[in-house]
Amino acid sequence: MIIDDLTEITEKELASRKKFTIRCCVAAGCVSSNSVGVKEALERAVRDAGLEDQVEVRGVGCMKLCCQGPLVQVDERNESPGATVEIRSVDTGPLYQKVTPEDASALIGTLQGGSSNLSQADPKHPFFAEQLPIVLANSGVIDPDRIESYIAAEGYQALHDVLRELTPKDVLDSVLQSGLRGRGGAGYPTGLKWGTVAKTPGTQKYVICNADEGDPGAFMDRSVLESDPHSVLEGMAIAGYAVGASQGFIYVRAEYPLAITRLQTAIKQAKQLGLLGSGIFESPFNFNIDLRIGAGAFVCGEETALMASVEGKRGTPRPRPPFPAESGLYGCPTLINNVETFANIAPIIRKGAEWFSGIGTEKSKGTKVFALAGKITNTGLIEVPMGTPLRKIVELMGGGAPDGGQIKAVQTGGPSGGCIPADALDTPVDYESLTQLGSIMGSGGMIVMDETTRMVDVARFFMEFCMDESCGKCIPCRAGTVQMHEILTRILNRKATRRDLEKLEELCDMVRHTSLCGLGQTAPNPVISTLRYFRNEYSELLVEDAYGPRRNGNGQCAQPTADSTL
Amino acid sequence: MIATLSSKKQNRLPRILEHASGDKRFKILEAHMKKHQYNQDALIEVLHKAQELFGFLEDDLLLFIACKLKLPASRVYGVATFYHFFTLKPKGQHTCVVCMGTACYVKGADRVLAALEEKTGIKAGETTADNQVSLLTARCIGACGIAPAVVYDGVVTPRQTAEKAVEQLKGWTGHDH
Repeated sequence: MIIDDLTEITEKELASRKKFTIRCCVAAGCVSSNSVGVKEALERAVRDAGLEDQVEVRGVGCMKLCCQGPLVQVDERNESPGATVEIRSVDTGPLYQKVTPEDASALIGTLQGGSSNLSQADPKHPFFAEQLPIVLANSGVIDPDRIESYIAAEGYQALHDVLRELTPKDVLDSVLQSGLRGRGGAGYPTGLKWGTVAKTPGTQKYVICNADEGDPGAFMDRSVLESDPHSVLEGMAIAGYAVGASQGFIYVRAEYPLAITRLQTAIKQAKQLGLLGSGIFESPFNFNIDLRIGAGAFVCGEETALMASVEGKRGTPRPRPPFPAESGLYGCPTLINNVETFANIAPIIRKGAEWFSGIGTEKSKGTKVFALAGKITNTGLIEVPMGTPLRKIVELMGGGAPDGGQIKAVQTGGPSGGCIPADALDTPVDYESLTQLGSIMGSGGMIVMDETTRMVDVARFFMEFCMDESCGKCIPCRAGTVQMHEILTRILNRKATRRDLEKLEELCDMVRHTSLCGLGQTAPNPVISTLRYFRNEYSELLVEDAYGPRRNGNGQCAQPTADSTL
Repeated sequence: MIATLSSKKQNRLPRILEHASGDKRFKILEAHMKKHQYNQDALIEVLHKAQELFGFLEDDLLLFIACKLKLPASRVYGVATFYHFFTLKPKGQHTCVVCMGTACYVKGADRVLAALEEKTGIKAGETTADNQVSLLTARCIGACGIAPAVVYDGVVTPRQTAEKAVEQLKGWTGHDH
């Protein structure tokens, strides 16, 4: 494989483009609404109408507005001469929503000038218009099952430039300059991490992609893997070159079967074309990627636990230091990054570090993909520049709560994060601002809650999660989460007193400061943040203890107490 | 199981190996281990394959894997019980997995689950007495855009309500509980 081969594939791919491309979403959300059936029906309708030479029906990745799936977009070929890459502007053609197989012939009819009353989404709606796709640029455009489709969208161009024109140090410098920070949640500068692995001596080093997206309510990584798997492979290969590793692993959840299949296909195709393997682009660089399938343990998202799991052991974390960058998988220096981090790499190399660092805020550069879900009108994926106010995301793009409801809080960061109250919605979304609010950026799940959601219930929900998922290695997390869950249950059952609440807060503090890994250290966050902003909801549920007003016969207060000290 | 292993392992192993020689599924499993060069790191991959072939991981199967990968039985058992995905008990004919992720939860997955529990008469994680239905919960299947989601026999179904879920189950149970 040399650069001419890439160009040839691109030209062939572009030349084969027909007048119309019908893009049909085949990512997990739409598949569960029968988009595969829609795609087959569309192919049949094209055959029936005798339009095979004019219309291509292409299965593509996520088109973002998951709640209206299956989504189908019709794209008419722009005859702009000299177009050398895949046309990326997908907002040109009509975007049909909730398409059924029965709609197929009517939809094909519109291509021949017919009219239809098919339901359409508005591509000018802020949900689409306010997005700035970098990670999701190919999502919904290219066919994730065909490497040619990715190559036609400038794919593997960055890997070529890196291997043929840049030294590992150049790559490290541009990643550092770009200001990219880890998208897994903690936000550690990616360039620094890469630099540490590169500096650590060792003949064998590893690159691991953390695709164990365990946070409930987050599905960004899943969409990236399903829609654009090659961008992750390319990012990993570039990382391998920069840090001096020849072997990569992708640790992906068993709960994502479609993502696993797409990755397997992608790895196979890349090996066939020599884009993975030995002597890539006729350089001395070798790089292989293997898949490791998780088996359903949330704690395996923690890097040291993940490495134990890759080694085929129980996924329990170990104390750090030594950090994986110094002693990781099999004791070798290991680079671990999240899916979205790797997906950012190729665009940074292609367009330059300055371009990337021009997006976002002073300390948080680039864009972030969020998964909008919960009580919100438009659920789906959005990619916005860092620093976008939360209100813009939730109210303008997400369309607010459905059925005229009132947004009460936004939960970010999954079980490690917190709830942001509605009156703090003007906060810009970046790592520092969210931390200040007592939440975290996390991997990017954003669950919107409305007036009907009880915050104590939410806190208990997350505590139950952490209690269940605690690996049991360290006592504060193993026993503390059980006790906190028990107190929260008692509060909800109106059997707890003020003293219990005090104990809960003590436990939060203790578990946070004494647990071994991130799971335990962040497990109290949902409780702490709901106590901070919705304390009245807790105190309304408390009953007076023996020193307070008398209880009635059921052990409950005759009236809900409004204790001013709480 | 630990107790039974320590006392009977000596006699059990030859019996298991003999039994395995007559079962095609063990051959496929062993081929899979060979593909991984009997590498001990591949334990999780091997367990995935074993569960795919047998449906669940029984003691003999775990001992077989331990023997072939030259791992202590305790290590294999430890890994098999650590991960939620592996099950040591047989599943029912049909499986119904209710996603209890945050997005599904705030949209009423708890009510769907309660309705299913009432309908089947079992709790989440159990299988009905007639071995027809296994009711399970998932942490998050990443289908948050279409919450609440339930997976019926591997098919993710969007926007479930208690009524829809009970309706779906009717076809499986054949009779009311």
